[in-house]
Amino acid sequence: MDEFKTVIGLEVHAELDTKSKIYCGCTTEFGGEENTHVCPICSGMPGVLPMLNRKVVEYCVRAGLALNCAINPYSRQDRKHYFYPDLPKAFQTSQFDQPLCLKGYVDIVADGQPKRIGITRIHIEEDAGKLIHEVGQTRVDYNRCGVPLIEIVTEPDFENSAQVHAFLEALREILLYTEVSNCKMEEGSLRCDVNLSIHRVGEPFGTRTEMKNLNSFSAAVAAVQYEAQRQRRVLSAGGKITQDTLRWDDAAGNNYVMRSKEDADEYFYFPEPDIMPMVLSDGYIDRIRQTLPELPAHRRERYVSQMGLPLYDAQLLTVSKFISDFFDQTVAAGAQPKSVSNFIMGDIMRLLNERGWAAEKLPISAQSMAELLSLIEKGAISNSMGSKVIEIMFDEAKSPTDIVQERGMAQVSDAGAIREMCRQVIAENPKIVDDYKGGKVKAITALVGQVMKMSRGKANPSMVNQLLEELLN
Amino acid sequence: MSQHRTAGEDLALLTAHEASRCLAEGKVSSVQLTQRMLDRISQSQNNVFITVNLKALEEAAAADARRAKGEVRGPLDGIPMALKDNISTQGLRTTCASRMLADFVPPYSATVARRLSDAGCVLLGKLNMDEFAMGSTSENSYFGAVKNPKDPQRVAGGSSGGSAAAVAENLAYFTLGSDTGGSVRQPAAMCGVMGMKPTYGRISRYGVVAFASSLDQIGPITKDAEDCALVLAAIAGKDPYDGSSLANPLPDYLAALEGGAKGLRIGIPKEYMGEGISPEVRAAVEAMAKTLEDQGAVVESCSLPRTEYALSAYYVISSAEACSNLGRYDGVKYGYRTKEYKNLAEMIEKTRSEGFGDEVKRRILLGTYTLSAGYFDAYYKRAQQARTLIMEDFRKVFHQYDVLLTPTSPVTAWPLGQKHANPLELYAMDVCTVSVNVAGLPACSVPCGLDSQGLPIGAQFIANTLGEAVLLRAAAAAEKGGSV
Ligand SMILES: [Zn+2]
Repeated sequence: MDEFKTVIGLEVHAELDTKSKIYCGCTTEFGGEENTHVCPICSGMPGVLPMLNRKVVEYCVRAGLALNCAINPYSRQDRKHYFYPDLPKAFQTSQFDQPLCLKGYVDIVADGQPKRIGITRIHIEEDAGKLIHEVGQTRVDYNRCGVPLIEIVTEPDFENSAQVHAFLEALREILLYTEVSNCKMEEGSLRCDVNLSIHRVGEPFGTRTEMKNLNSFSAAVAAVQYEAQRQRRVLSAGGKITQDTLRWDDAAGNNYVMRSKEDADEYFYFPEPDIMPMVLSDGYIDRIRQTLPELPAHRRERYVSQMGLPLYDAQLLTVSKFISDFFDQTVAAGAQPKSVSNFIMGDIMRLLNERGWAAEKLPISAQSMAELLSLIEKGAISNSMGSKVIEIMFDEAKSPTDIVQERGMAQVSDAGAIREMCRQVIAENPKIVDDYKGGKVKAITALVGQVMKMSRGKANPSMVNQLLEELLN
Repeated sequence: MSQHRTAGEDLALLTAHEASRCLAEGKVSSVQLTQRMLDRISQSQNNVFITVNLKALEEAAAADARRAKGEVRGPLDGIPMALKDNISTQGLRTTCASRMLADFVPPYSATVARRLSDAGCVLLGKLNMDEFAMGSTSENSYFGAVKNPKDPQRVAGGSSGGSAAAVAENLAYFTLGSDTGGSVRQPAAMCGVMGMKPTYGRISRYGVVAFASSLDQIGPITKDAEDCALVLAAIAGKDPYDGSSLANPLPDYLAALEGGAKGLRIGIPKEYMGEGISPEVRAAVEAMAKTLEDQGAVVESCSLPRTEYALSAYYVISSAEACSNLGRYDGVKYGYRTKEYKNLAEMIEKTRSEGFGDEVKRRILLGTYTLSAGYFDAYYKRAQQARTLIMEDFRKVFHQYDVLLTPTSPVTAWPLGQKHANPLELYAMDVCTVSVNVAGLPACSVPCGLDSQGLPIGAQFIANTLGEAVLLRAAAAAEKGGSV
């Protein structure tokens, strides 16, 4: 039914998670009182010079390697000029024709279909400041000025918003796993621009528009859908698309023209004379390659095919690199993958949520976790007692064995003791016993519950079940 | 110059190293030297200073106190000096001789200012110049033209005209200028003092208000070669705040002065001695060559065939970089802002058209043009190619020669206002100095006698990369030769 094809490319800006800014020693910390994270260098005072932060190059190379890019052995910075009060030097130091990373790709799955998205280039540049508009005046805050960014430019490989969404999720995961960016959308750490055109099948590509200010994945998805529809309507009505730069208004759910091609900016790019070219040796690149962690897609694949976990578990476990690492370490310490996964997805996630803690605050080591699971496997404690032990481990720095011992939580598997409790419960609950004997077989669970309660959870539940059946029949 | 002058004579006439010895011998105090300079500055009629440092005497007293406690920081401790007004000084306004920065007080100091202060120097004040260092007469100043102390009807040269005039008029024991296309050497020549532009990267540019980043270099202006060596040793070397500064260790510059002319291989590039060079200047340079030859130097004619490209390459590159570097003066953060405006675009436009002088605007327009899409390859890229060829020329001749000898300026100081209306004629005056900046090489101008009107002539020595020591050796030999 669809006679049009949509062609989409993305430009994603990610703020790097370095401690200091790209050309000075100021902190990159988000927030802070206006103009307190600034110095003469990042506020563009006369006579200052940039000193390139080596970490920025390293982080960009790391991102490039994780995104399957070729690393440019000779790269340099260029000045991109425009006048705007948030840009104190009147140029942004960026990269023009010699970016650090070239030609990579990301594999995604969208609507159940695998798809490879090409990466055209990745380059480093500096962030600008922020304008604060007030009645009668506008002020500028330069705190974000000089925070390092990478710009990731994709090939026009996307056909729809689902692919855009899947790509952004995959990219976010990779940047988090490689610790290149904290990807906090709400702090503007990850933002994207969309280039979109449509054309009739069999015809050449149409005129594209560029959409800016997409500060969340949902905004990107909504903007892509809106713009594709808009262009379709225009073309269907016999109209023409003009090469405009549009600004997405997330609240209104539509876009408007920021500037049209006639007043397109010219940036007067030229090589930055104050920063020496970056010459990267193979050894340097290899050293960075060796520090790359196993990426989430690969981990999921391994969890499913080698450990036999359901895809659902694999996806949940890899949402955070920390959790995924914790899982791997616990398994390496001898635990069964599925039981580790169950405890992580159940008790651990719940307890972290209840306390409002990030995964990194998990106070349990992989060793202790494996120890706990081995206690359960040996029958020393029950599964449900295991949950209680985890909860105690969140608050007390003790080994699970010590906790079980100190609190007498060990499972009771003494048949004589359990039989005695069962007799008592049968004697105290004639009504339930009658139900059971009258054919309501499920009534036995109520009796099991009573025995467990009486044993304060320590009785071995399968033995309780077995002995009750024995006594009742 | 005499080695034996002491405090008995006018303190103002001493060189920096003579003043240093007088301080060391306790014959004079830094406060006395500084007071003498301040007196002379207040009497000077040549518009040399833009700002006088009101704390100069305080700094001098501190130097004297150090000396009294035996905590002398080195040969320059207590020596009064002054800086070109494009060198940032924390707490002391730094105007670049522009209306744009007429009230700008930097919150930090340039590395060179800090190094001189650490060496114990007393800062007398900030020196007049061409606006943003663009010009070769020091007439393009928001604060008025500098007059040449040798003849107040004439220009002092530029853009470091105030820096050269201050030394020539004995208003400071030495000064610093900046040299993008000859701006230290040419005014030094016109005022009859010594000026050196070291190798690109030898001295930190941090805090020096940028004109053309790939060409700018700070340089000392002094009364003789020994002073030049002292100052160079105090300010040169790697700076963590300037990525282009060089880490190579500093040679013993004072020892280099003793090298003498004997065995020095001197090339005279014929392209620098031809048409356009006034006969009197040419004759003076040839006479200096003869003196050095008499002292044992080997002097030969040589050739730098690509010299003709240097001037165009220089103006393309320097204007492109200037247009980029001067974008930040927009009235938003600091400096001049126009009084009335309706919106942001108008504020920036009016601020820049009112805040900059004509020459600065001319260079910005030139730079904008050469960087425009469609012109970039034809201008900027070709200029960079020419730059490579010019460097190659120099590399070749330095296989054969230790230094090259040329005129610094084709002519001596001309009357104020004379060439002001004709920028192209003025640009051509830079022909002897610009290729040195384009190639990033070190060079110095030394006094080379007077013309028939009694105006100073300058001779230029050019050396290979990091050849400051051999420049000092040649300059000291030339001084001894008696051409001065
Ligand atoms: Zn900063």
